[in-house]
Amino acid sequence: MLHTVNKSPFQNMALENCLRFTQSGDVILLMEDGVYGAVSGTAKSPLVESALAKKIKVYALGADLKARALGETIQGVEVTDYSGFVDLVEANRIHSWL
Amino acid sequence: MSEESKKKIMFTVRKPPHGTIYVYEGLEVKLIMAAYDADISVVFIDDGVYALKAGQDTRELGIKGFEATYGVLVDYEIQKVYVDRQSMEERGLTEDDLLVIGEDEDTEEPIRPKMVDSSEIAAMMAEQHNILSF
Repeated sequence: MLHTVNKSPFQNMALENCLRFTQSGDVILLMEDGVYGAVSGTAKSPLVESALAKKIKVYALGADLKARALGETIQGVEVTDYSGFVDLVEANRIHSWL
Repeated sequence: MSEESKKKIMFTVRKPPHGTIYVYEGLEVKLIMAAYDADISVVFIDDGVYALKAGQDTRELGIKGFEATYGVLVDYEIQKVYVDRQSMEERGLTEDDLLVIGEDEDTEEPIRPKMVDSSEIAAMMAEQHNILSF
């Protein structure tokens, strides 16, 4: 199961609520403003850190990180590109936490 | 078509009603998909649970509202309607606050959406062919 989150965790509860509905083996892709959730050392970093601790794989879209000048991602978050995004969509059922 | 061969489609509703058109549009799509004999389930999460609050009066907004349509969802063969327990509790809502989605054919008892835990919803999500978010 792939969950995509495209809103900043500082803006609304999408990431937080998404985490409540993920099970071990699920995948989360942070994209657009969702990538703010992948940054280390913020007040919202514990959200993604807790997901990683639950054996949930977390990806962030590199193009969106670069566009926002975000370098330091949480350890364990995998940065991916558009073709990686396509692979994830191909391999999983998907729910968008719009 | 047998239950097994039907396409399993879940709708998630996470927006409150009336402020945006999502809940209205989502309802339209549910009714269309139901006509194609799919195995439909609908899950209300976060502010989406407000869409199911009984007694919505939209007359002063000049819009028709959707309570009447939700009231007959069961007649459209959409019986699997769930609400997330935590979202309800966070908003001080209980099952009694929810609108009726139809009545039991035999007993004429009103049918209301079923309150479930997030882990049950996660398990249901994993079984779907498609999940559409509104």
